[in-house]
Amino acid sequence: MTEASAPPAATATATETVTALRPGVLGTNAARPDGVPKVQGRFAFANDLWAENMLWGATLRSPHPYARIRSVDVTGAWKIAGVEAIVTAEDVPGQPTYGLIRQDQHVFASGYVRFRGEPVAAVAADHPETCRRALEAIVVDYEVLTPLTDPEEAIAGTREPIHPDGNLIRHQRILCGDPEATGPIVVEGTYEMGMQDQAFLGPEAALAVPDDDGAGLELYIATQWLHEDRKQVAACLGLPEERVRLVLGGVGGAFGAREDISLQVHCSLLALRTGRPIKMQYGREESFYGHVHRHPAKIWMRHSASAAGEIIKIEARMVFDGGAYASTSPAVLINGVTHAQGPYRCANAIVDGYATRTNNPPCGAMRGFGVVQACFAHEGQMDKLAAAAGLTPVEVRLRNAMRTGDPLITGQPVDSVAPVERCIRETDALPMPPDLASDADVLSLPGGTGRTADRGHVVRGVGYGVAIKNLMYSEAFDDYSTARCQLNDGVVTLKFATAEVGQGFLMLAQQIARTILGVDDVMLDTIDTQIGSSGSTSASRQTWMSGGAVDAACRKVRELLFEAVADRYGLPALQLAIEGTDVVDTIGTLRVPVGEASMGLRLDETVEYRHRPTEDLDENGQGNCHVAFAFVAHRAVVDVDPELGLVKVVQIATAQDVGRALNPLSVAGQIEGGIAQGLGLAVMEEIVVTDGMVRNASFTDYLLPTTLDAPTVVFSLIEEPDPQAPLGAKGVGEPPCISVTPAIAAAIRDATGRDIRRVPVRPQDICLA
Amino acid sequence: MSVLTPSTIDEVLAHLAERPEALLLSGGTDVMVEINMAHRKAPAEVVALRRVEQLRLWRHNPSSEGTGGTVTIGSGLPYAEMEHGPLAELFPALAEAARTVGSPQIRAAGTLGGNLGTCSPAGDGLPVLFALDAIVHLRSIGGQRDVPVADFMVGVKQNVLEPGELVTGVTMPIRHGWQGYSKVGVRNAMVIATASACLAMDRDRGAVTLALGAVGTTIIRCRDAEGWLAGELDLSAEPLDISDAVAQEFGRRAAADARPIDDHRSTAAYRGHAVGVLSSRLLRRAAA
Repeated sequence: MTEASAPPAATATATETVTALRPGVLGTNAARPDGVPKVQGRFAFANDLWAENMLWGATLRSPHPYARIRSVDVTGAWKIAGVEAIVTAEDVPGQPTYGLIRQDQHVFASGYVRFRGEPVAAVAADHPETCRRALEAIVVDYEVLTPLTDPEEAIAGTREPIHPDGNLIRHQRILCGDPEATGPIVVEGTYEMGMQDQAFLGPEAALAVPDDDGAGLELYIATQWLHEDRKQVAACLGLPEERVRLVLGGVGGAFGAREDISLQVHCSLLALRTGRPIKMQYGREESFYGHVHRHPAKIWMRHSASAAGEIIKIEARMVFDGGAYASTSPAVLINGVTHAQGPYRCANAIVDGYATRTNNPPCGAMRGFGVVQACFAHEGQMDKLAAAAGLTPVEVRLRNAMRTGDPLITGQPVDSVAPVERCIRETDALPMPPDLASDADVLSLPGGTGRTADRGHVVRGVGYGVAIKNLMYSEAFDDYSTARCQLNDGVVTLKFATAEVGQGFLMLAQQIARTILGVDDVMLDTIDTQIGSSGSTSASRQTWMSGGAVDAACRKVRELLFEAVADRYGLPALQLAIEGTDVVDTIGTLRVPVGEASMGLRLDETVEYRHRPTEDLDENGQGNCHVAFAFVAHRAVVDVDPELGLVKVVQIATAQDVGRALNPLSVAGQIEGGIAQGLGLAVMEEIVVTDGMVRNASFTDYLLPTTLDAPTVVFSLIEEPDPQAPLGAKGVGEPPCISVTPAIAAAIRDATGRDIRRVPVRPQDICLA
Repeated sequence: MSVLTPSTIDEVLAHLAERPEALLLSGGTDVMVEINMAHRKAPAEVVALRRVEQLRLWRHNPSSEGTGGTVTIGSGLPYAEMEHGPLAELFPALAEAARTVGSPQIRAAGTLGGNLGTCSPAGDGLPVLFALDAIVHLRSIGGQRDVPVADFMVGVKQNVLEPGELVTGVTMPIRHGWQGYSKVGVRNAMVIATASACLAMDRDRGAVTLALGAVGTTIIRCRDAEGWLAGELDLSAEPLDISDAVAQEFGRRAAADARPIDDHRSTAAYRGHAVGVLSSRLLRRAAA
């Protein structure tokens, strides 16, 4: 809930600008084309997909975290009327394994199951209930093995490898400056983070429709990256990629959980087997088993500093548990270690990071991607440093704040605009919430509807967090996005494969075209693989990448339009510009509406946009491995009932480095949503895993914040356009959820004096510690 | 699956007599979750109670002796009806408990009959029924029996309901004195109880009753704490003066009666601690 009165400065300016602009262009609060249908319940999500003559597919999953498969007997399932296909590992026609970075996970478990929930077989039948019975009738003979669940055991190498690739997915060291450097202040701490789930509201779903000739198929799928899915699906099916066409199904949230393959291959394989359309969808419980989660982590850090509180050296040991398969763990780890210093200057560092393989649920991408874990640790350290140096939390952060051009501990200079100091100062300047009234409504106190606290039981605390987050893909990845722009008779049609997962790219693409081409009508073509890749909707990258591609394609079309107009009127094309919805001669009098100027023209351009190349890290963790960075600060005000350990987050204030707010309302949405997700991680969201078994695979026990848990949000947008960014705008998706978590933890420490070392903070961590 | 939709209690009992294994469906807020999570097989036969108006009523039974009398609440009355209005005024603790049940949608469907049928120690209505010494009314085609709620619930999701029996409602005395309900969960709304407590004063009798939820295999009545407090203080006195020391000791004794366990929602240590704190605080509120 954003207070109407806030944010003071930024909104006032934004509103004035908005009124001066043509509706729907960049900088306005343009409406989302998918917004009204979603609110009215008319939007077709992937779960709503349906085809004539379709069958249902379902997946058999391992009940054990670690076991050897002695045999799989499907004969019982075949006896059930209505069963049309049963597939297991031996039925996979192509590559038996898949994976985003390393192909280490079998389409169906082969030989061993390595986590509770690993797919073992799939069936297709005439009804979901028939599928359920068929799965029950499949007999798998397991030799149950002792699971490896302790990441330290994986690092120590004391256990037999649970996978041919070994128990360590990746180790990366960073050595920077003088390892002997030290200072009069030394603070250290160990920080832990539980396993968070992306918990998108629309569980995994797909519809696979086989081609008539049986040699290919069309897959309608809720995903974050159509082309990567296609690559993996085609490889596993043993088909050339052009035989596999993917179309984006309605996506009900993603947050990283749709980067990996879940049901894509299973569904496609069943469709090819049966020659009929196959619908697959997970329920909530299966969704918890069917996608990767945020890495639980344990991080030790030691900061050495001058008496004045200036960081001299950081040392860190970071352990991210990747679970059974690699997924994106190698990249998550690199984000963790390369962000260990936070948004602060630091000349010397020794950092060791490990991504382990265990029999716990696989972990991979989630909003913040490794930086969330690092930030929780470095911000805890900054507060310790402040206390040791006699500074306030704000002072210590200002004193160390990174500036544009400062080097990271990887040696890479931060040449993105780095308004860290502004983020901190503007956050701190935002209004504080009113004091808790003596007659405060019990619902507003910690415990909420449970009526556990009275006013006198509640204490208030304030905490700060600041974050640096890399944008886009790293480590020499060839990261690009493709867009096509057509202008015919005054109507623009855009085509791209950018997954709209709720972030608002459909709206942004239209805003770009309206701005560049001076048209109001912008049609959006189907999002599918009939054009080149747009890359993943992740890593806060689509505004920059696909926005850059759409922008570039529109500019090319505009050049063609100017040439046509120039020809027609005998003017130099260079003199022409778009003003409002007109083509105008900037030094003459010609003014012709774009609609008229483009009549009869068929202008059509496709562009691939690439960000500048990045490098791999060397063995000492040195190299320009990231593209660009964004910054954010958060201040949390919390009310705590220390005796019961219950928390109510009252207000979050934040100033975010956005480069340029292309759609201020949409930015506000990302800020509020990210804060809710970071709050969830701070005080309630955790997949509880015991001996490799998930204990709470439901929304009854995996708790997401409700409206009574959501704080008031006040914010300030810092708009210093980044010269590298095609639209001047930085990605805004991830930063809001990163430093809010440590800010809330710090506020709980401030309120209670407790040494909070772990999130989510459990009541007993506050009142029984 | 066949679903019967009777509109009178007699029709329900007749159906149950023929099909004692049929599943009784009230608000469905427990049953549907269990079926969806595959903790329960979809039943062959369902008797749906939503259309039985008699179960969705409540009535005041005036007393001949001039006390407040009693109230009988139909087992099919949804929680939403208990949150506000005359029933809430008669039983503030029930209103507070009802307000903590799930979301508005759940409260529009969920019923006390469902809490009693499921008999989860975390059921939000149950500590109130225990603290108010509710009588549970059971009927079958063979007749009616009335069972004190403390005898009705015998374990985790276990009760004395016989095949063919229906919970038609509960009867509770209207008491003179403060009453309230508190519940700890790791979310400020829409959460299953980690620990809960209901305290009800009975100023006419100079007594207090206290019941704890989610800290044992059944709801726990804290007879020791209740008796101790009544021995320490004159609970019919106006105003009631509760010192910090008395509130602390009351909570300590309540916590000592709890038999909590560790599970994925919390720890035994926290639950025991929490019910002690809740009990102390409820007592302070009673005197405020």
